[in-house]
This record gives sequence, C-alpha cells and structure tokens, in this order.
Amino acid sequence: MKELVAMLEIKNLSKALGERPVLRNLSFAVNKGEILAVTGPNGAGKSTLFKCAAGLMKPGGGKIFLDGRPVKRNSPEVKRKIGFLGHEPFLYPSLSAVENLRFYGKLYKVKDLDEKAFELLRKVGLHYFKDMPVRSFSRGMIQRLAIARVLLPEPEILLLDEPHTGLDRDGLALFNGILLEKKAEGAAILLITHDFSQVETLADRALLLKKGKITASMELRNPSGRISVGKWYEEAVNAG
Amino acid sequence: MKLKSQIIDWTLFYILVAAVPVMMYFIFIWSPVERVLGPAQKIFYFHVGCAWVAFLAFFVVGVYSVFNLIKPKMNHFIYAGVSAEIGVLFTTVTLLTGMVWGRISWNVWWSWEPRLVTTLILWFIYVAYLFIRKMDGRWEKIARLSGVFGIIGCLNVPIVFMATRWWNSKLHPVVFGEGKNETGGGLEPEMLFTLIFSVVTITILYLFLMRKGAEIEKMRTRVKQAKNKLLQKWAN
Amino acid sequence: MMELIRDGFVIAGKDLRKEWKTKETISVMLIFSALVVLVFSFAFDPANQTVKTVIPGLVWLITIFSALLGLNRSFASELENGCLNGLRAAPIDPASIYIGKVIANFVLVLFVQMVSIPVLFILFDYRFAGSLLWFLATVFLGTYGLIIIGTFLAALAVNAQNSEMLLPVLLLPLLSPLMIGAVQASAAFAGGENMESAMSWIQLMAGYDLLFTAVCLLLFEYILEDS
Repeated sequence: MKELVAMLEIKNLSKALGERPVLRNLSFAVNKGEILAVTGPNGAGKSTLFKCAAGLMKPGGGKIFLDGRPVKRNSPEVKRKIGFLGHEPFLYPSLSAVENLRFYGKLYKVKDLDEKAFELLRKVGLHYFKDMPVRSFSRGMIQRLAIARVLLPEPEILLLDEPHTGLDRDGLALFNGILLEKKAEGAAILLITHDFSQVETLADRALLLKKGKITASMELRNPSGRISVGKWYEEAVNAG
Repeated sequence: MKLKSQIIDWTLFYILVAAVPVMMYFIFIWSPVERVLGPAQKIFYFHVGCAWVAFLAFFVVGVYSVFNLIKPKMNHFIYAGVSAEIGVLFTTVTLLTGMVWGRISWNVWWSWEPRLVTTLILWFIYVAYLFIRKMDGRWEKIARLSGVFGIIGCLNVPIVFMATRWWNSKLHPVVFGEGKNETGGGLEPEMLFTLIFSVVTITILYLFLMRKGAEIEKMRTRVKQAKNKLLQKWAN
Repeated sequence: MMELIRDGFVIAGKDLRKEWKTKETISVMLIFSALVVLVFSFAFDPANQTVKTVIPGLVWLITIFSALLGLNRSFASELENGCLNGLRAAPIDPASIYIGKVIANFVLVLFVQMVSIPVLFILFDYRFAGSLLWFLATVFLGTYGLIIIGTFLAALAVNAQNSEMLLPVLLLPLLSPLMIGAVQASAAFAGGENMESAMSWIQLMAGYDLLFTAVCLLLFEYILEDS
C-alpha cells in the first residue's frame, strides 16, 4: 500500500505540435506535499507538458488525472485546483494590482476576496503599490504579483514555469518561503527551472526531460550517495 | 490502394475526354438557337453548370469543415482547401458569364439580381476562407479556424440568398420573370437535355480537379515533412 | 447557465473598467465616426433632397466602421502579457469569455451610436418621420448581430499576424444579409414609409441574430483551443 496520494498523475502523455512530436509517452506522478523539479535542455517539451497539465492544450494521447479525476478542457471544478504560472504574467497592464487580483478572484470564485487579495499583496510585498497600474511595475514586481495571482484561489497543485526569473534576493527568499508553506499545507508543486541551487533548496525530486521523454530522475531527500544536481544533470543529458 | 485511386483518376479523365467534345457539340450545334437572345444564350449552359459546381464546392467545404472539427485529419483539411480553391475558380467563371448574360438580356453588365449578388457574396466568403488558410501556424490550428469559418460561411449562403431576393423584389418587383434563368418557363427539351448534360460534365470536371488538387496538396505536405525530418537530422 | 452569464459579466466588467480608465478605444471610435460623417458630407451634398433617403443607411456605415476598430482591439488587447491564456486556464466555460467580450463590445458600440446617430441626423438636417421605437429596435437588432459575428471573427482573426486587416475581409461578407435588412428597415422606420414590409426585415434580422448567437456560442471553444 502506498500511503502517499498522487495529486497529479500523468499517464502515457504524448503531444505533437504540427508534425513534430514534442512529448512521447510521458508518465509520472506528483504526490501531495511534494515539490518536483522538471529540468531539461531547451525544446525538450517542458512548457508543453505544463500547458497540457493546465488544460491549455489538448493532449494528443494519454491521460492526465488530478486528484483522481481526469483533466479536461471544460471542467471548471478541476481547473480551480490548478495554479498555473507561465512565462507570461497574465496581468492586465492598465489595471491596478488589486484590480487584477480581484478580477481573477471573481473568475475563480474566491470567497472573502478583498481580504485575501490584500493579505496576499502584503505577503509578496506589494501592498503599498496596490492601487498602481501594473504598467508602471518593474519586472520583479510583476513576477511577485503574478505569484500572488496564482496563489489567490488556494490551488492544490501549482504548475510553475521558471518562477524565479526576475526576482531579486529578497523576492527569492520570500517566494521559496511561500512554496515551502504551500507544501506543508499539502499542495503538490511542479517546478520548471534551470537554477540548480533552487532545485537543491526546494525540490524533493528532480526529473530530466529530454526530447519529450523522461530520461532520468533523482531523489533529493535521500541523504545517502547524494551528488550535486548540476553534476547529475550533466551526466544525464550527455548520456545517450 | 494506390492502383485503385489511379484507376478512378484515369476513368474520370477518359470520361472527360469523351464528354467535353460531346458537350460542346450539344451546346453549339445540336441544341436550338434561342429566338430572342440568339446564339449568346449558349453561355447559359456554362453559366448554370459553373454556378451549380460553385455552390456544390462550398457545400463540400462546409461538410469537410464539420468533419475537421469532429476529428482533425490532414485529408479533410486538404479536401476542404482544394474544394474552396476550385470553388473560387467556378464562382469567378459564374460571375463573368453572368455579366455577359446580363449585358445581352438586360443591357447592363451588372444587375443587382439576387442570384448574382448571392454569388458575388459567396465569392467574397470563399476568398475570406482562403485568407484564413494562408495564416501561418500548425495545420491543426488552421484546420480548426478555417473549419469554424467554413461552417459559418455555409450557413450564411441561404440567408444571403433570401435577403437579396427580398431586397430586390421590394425595389423593383418582377423584372426578370421571363429570363431563361427562371426555371422551367419555355425551355425546349433539347435545351433541357443539353443543360443537364453540361451540368453533369462540369460536375465530373470538378471531381477530377478535386482529386488532382488533393494529390498535389498531399505531395506538397509530404515534401515538407521530408524536409523537416532532414533539417532535424542535421540539427542533431 | 447562470454561471456562464455571471462569468461573462465579470469579464465584460473588467473590459469596461479598463476602457473607463484609459478611454483608448472609445475615444478613437468616437472621433472616427465623426470623421466618417464629415467625409459623407463631401461625398453627398447635404443640401440635396435625394440624399435624405440614404441617411438611415449611413448609420450602418458609421456603425460598421467604428465597430471594426473596437472589435480589433477586444482580443488583440488580451494578447498582451498572455492574458488570453490566463482566461483559458481559469475555471470558466470558454463561452463565457465570448459572452463577456460581446457584452463589452456591444456597450461600446451602443455608446458610439448614441453620439454619432444624433450628430448625423443634425448635421444632415434629417427630419425623422417614422416610428422612433421601431427605428431603435432595428438599430438594436442590427448592432447586436454585428457584434455577435464581429466578436467571434475577431477572436478568429487575432490568431493571424495581420489581424486588423483580416477582420474586415472576414466580417463584411458574412454581415451582408443582416446589413441589407438593417438598412432597409431603418430607412423605412425613419422615413415612415413601407413600415409593414420593414417588419419582415425585422424578422429576418431577429432570425439571423438568434441563429448566429447559438452557432457562435457552440463553436467558440474551437477558436480558443491551444494556440
């Protein structure tokens, strides 16, 4: 009996963009309260994998289960549990920080919206700028607000595509703290990153995606025989 | 499989080789000359044939568009596109012959007659459809978008016809009543036979063009695939 | 169903709030429609009595041209920062995005009409002789159909690089039956002649609106699928 419950399970997922196969027969699972880092060279299909998991793309083959239920394009109940942070912040430049949060909060049917939005803004350190339009924000501030947007509906699974870009030292520490907090609450977190020090501090497990396949995986919470992530990555990429 | 499709192609081709001269003979020599309009009325056989194929082609686009939305398939996508291209060609011919016809029977190059206006709007919808297919992106996406437009365009055609008809009758009712376009009305049996024969021949021509066009389009995608494969091989 | 409409209103509210803050689109639409009226006065001599009969038709030219500006923006503005993906990832039915955009565009275009139609009538000294109620009903039906199809095609065209140029090419042929009806009916109701025959145009427009509302709602999710 496995005591860990799979939050997100991907079974034989494959996807082709045009004629080019991007994901080939991918299978893995993320458990509740686990942080899984996905690494891999450019063009390996990491972002496509996330888009499929977030319901933005229809998988070509295979199935995606979230909390035991299949992810389909039109299943609001399932989508509500997913927090997706892509390359783009999904924020409206002419609206203020709080207006952006309020809009997404309404779409996600968040209760006690105003309180929660304000609390999150304070958490990411933007409460002084809450009424400023996003247009005037710096890159790091936008990234912080995007993180707040993702966290607002209290997702049970986080799909974070290179979330560390643009964050300064304080931002990094703050963000990592939030992630560990979410993890303690039992959220499953999937992370695309190329920053190996972040992988080491955060992740429980790392996967290597290469040419649409998982070619290697590594347990990071296993103290015996641990090598550095950078070394593991290099070996795994060059193998085969 | 390949042999079978070749046999169909050759049969269609030989039918056309035989039927087109016969059609010409029927149209220009065998069928009687119309009393009022004279030999110019002969253009009517081409006009009706092309118009029929133009509407048929659009219907085919609509049907393949629906298929494409249900299950995207390269073949459906290709057939819809080729049918639209042939449709543009036949719509253009219909419009041009219609203009000549109008010039002779009503002494104007362009009369805002419902069928002619409908055909013109059909032409614009076809062209818009082809513009969507020219968009760059993956074929699945273009198949989906053009499919959606194909369905909406197809639904529009009968409404356009209804609207133009009402519009026209409100403005100057019953002007074109005695025209040969008005069905039935004094068409002699030889004329009717010639008309049916030419419609059938032009439809066979459409089928032939459709098959050939699809073949060319398939070859094109195959070349593109091979190219991509080669590029990827070199890139690694 | 209620959910669908509520989400639609949330999205429309966001769009209108954005517009209220920047006034980017609405100001351009208003100025543009005024300019179109100006150009009409060069093309058609306002002093000429026969010109009076085409004035109700001009209403629709102004509406189409200014609506095209707004429609082009409505989805293009969502591409900035990938907001459209944000909407697609949200737990809402794709159709509610469409409903939201339709509401927002409809409000914008109705606002422009509220200004531009009186201006047109005043500048060309048009004496309204028919039924105002039915004239307004015609304007409403025609504009609604324009927005229904226009919003749908704007979402389709936004996938292309040259979406601003593509949209009119896609939209105008499909609008033609609706516009024939709208021009005929508004001319009849404004001039007070042939009012009975205009009722059949109203029916045609209502049928067109209903048909395409249903079809566009059904097909919209295909447009939004993975980009």
